[in-house]
Amino acid sequence: MNPIETKQTYQNYVDKKSPNSPILKNCFNAFWVGGLICSIGQIILNICKERGFDQTLSGTIVSIILIAISAFLTGLNLFNRIGKFAGAGSLIPITGFANSIVSPAMEYKSEGYVMGVGGKMFTVAGPVLVFGISASILVGIVYLIFNTQSITLV
Amino acid sequence: MEKLGKQTIKFNNPPTITECASIVGPKEAQGPLSKYFDQTLDDEFWGEKTWEKAESKIIKETVNTVISKSGIPSDKIDCCFAGDLLNQCISSSFGLRELNIPFFGVFGACSTFVESMSLGAVCCETFAENVLCATSSHFCSAEKQFRFPLELGNQRPPSAQWTVTGSGAAIVSKNGTGPFITHITPGKIVDMGIKDANNMGAAMAPAFADTLITHFLDTGRAPSYYDAIISGDLGHIGKEIAIDIAKSQGYNIKSNYNDCGVLIFDKNAQDTHSGGSGCACCGSVFSGYFFPQLKSRKIKKMLLIATGALMNSTSSQQGESIPGIAHAISIEM
Amino acid sequence: MDINWANVFDWMSILKCFVVGGIICVIGQILIDKTKLTPARILVIFVTTGAILGGLGIYKYLVDFAGAGATVPLTGFGYNLAKGAIEAVKETGLVGAFTGGVKAAAGGISAAVFFGYLASLISKPKMKKQ
Repeated sequence: MNPIETKQTYQNYVDKKSPNSPILKNCFNAFWVGGLICSIGQIILNICKERGFDQTLSGTIVSIILIAISAFLTGLNLFNRIGKFAGAGSLIPITGFANSIVSPAMEYKSEGYVMGVGGKMFTVAGPVLVFGISASILVGIVYLIFNTQSITLV
Repeated sequence: MEKLGKQTIKFNNPPTITECASIVGPKEAQGPLSKYFDQTLDDEFWGEKTWEKAESKIIKETVNTVISKSGIPSDKIDCCFAGDLLNQCISSSFGLRELNIPFFGVFGACSTFVESMSLGAVCCETFAENVLCATSSHFCSAEKQFRFPLELGNQRPPSAQWTVTGSGAAIVSKNGTGPFITHITPGKIVDMGIKDANNMGAAMAPAFADTLITHFLDTGRAPSYYDAIISGDLGHIGKEIAIDIAKSQGYNIKSNYNDCGVLIFDKNAQDTHSGGSGCACCGSVFSGYFFPQLKSRKIKKMLLIATGALMNSTSSQQGESIPGIAHAISIEM
Repeated sequence: MDINWANVFDWMSILKCFVVGGIICVIGQILIDKTKLTPARILVIFVTTGAILGGLGIYKYLVDFAGAGATVPLTGFGYNLAKGAIEAVKETGLVGAFTGGVKAAAGGISAAVFFGYLASLISKPKMKKQ
């Protein structure tokens, strides 16, 4: 067999030769760490509700607290270890969003506080906001089109 | 100096590698080759404010070390070839700006060390008495430029390689007692369409095989001619691929072939996945580990092939594949 | 105000949250391991999916069932954006589509910016020792 006969045969050969990620182990870790982070959120949410905050406000408080914890752990150089272990388990919850903002902010500190920290803060998370906000605007417009009673309000 | 075959240059008065020096970072210091390096660092900043400054300091101090070890006064060094991975090769040019030696910046990605030595050897065959060749890389500055922020909580796939923090430097001289650079085989750019920047070994292995086989065809030598055939930074996966490709072309290199990226880290204990990479991988391992063995004649004939991936983050984002390069030098004692 | 801790540690709600949150993360992990997508792309996929499912009114059921298990993952962030946009459209029409989303997510975005800046002031990135 000649692995470098064509680019396609080489790609197939390389795919076969390269080890796969330990997907079962990764999924297991992602499951329980992700579940745990959400559960912490749920407990905070329950406390907020007990204190009489409404659903929306409680949700916002949960986000802010989890983001603060994530930023704190990133600042202590610990979040990358959690992320290495848990993968999507810490990436997909809002903690991962916070980490993706805090980590470039710290990284580009060496280029100054304005263009370094300020300018590079959204290098990873910027697309999340761009696509998230754009999608929400489209959802709003589509909702407007399909609910004619709202149009009268314009 | 004469040309052999398609690509190889044979030196009639082979230049000598007079001296080598290496400095590596903290992770390399925990690796199996730790005791062979001239200096190992405790932290990745080395007292500097940024990683880029630290990398400049590493190459500067390595160059100072090789000059003082060789005993050659720096005004007797005719020129210097150096390069690294950072944009516009700033580690080398900033680190060596006070050196006062004519400076050629070279970029060959991780193949820079052998590329510099090849050019240095050619200079020694013509005008130069002594030529300085140096290269550096730094895990943190490379991650920052090519991948993600260090504190981002992402997982590295098993095929990913770990950029070596460190530097290697060598002085090539017209006259000396060896080890001698007898042949150089500059490599062609080979691109087999690999796009995965987390699998550099696979992207570079075809270039390695191309240069290796061309060298054998040009010189009429067989793999068994060499005591050691050493590649720069193919890593564990790239090494296996390289053996397979060579075998499919009729060359069995399994017994005397190894890779600097495989040697520098303990894969299991250090969690470096597919092994080391970066300019300093080949530079420091050759300078620290192989050069003394050549000097003491433990290894008499060695083929050093440094491999490089000629890409940057823009080309990756634009969906380009990764062109590979490999330069070979034949070193004999 | 007294807190009824039995309500806070309502194990049924926490268990549902744990399982749903965990499953959403496993979907992300499979995407990471099976495709060569970067973390940023994974996050984009999740936030967009959440916004679309929120707009279609499907994600609401998951939130009702799992609480924080559905709102804490980034799909919940997208859902929150979409929900905010729809509610604002009900109140102010077309302008609401542009103001509602960000308004609903303002707390999270501002917190991330603020704490991110703070962390960069007091802390320096370090090399992973292992």
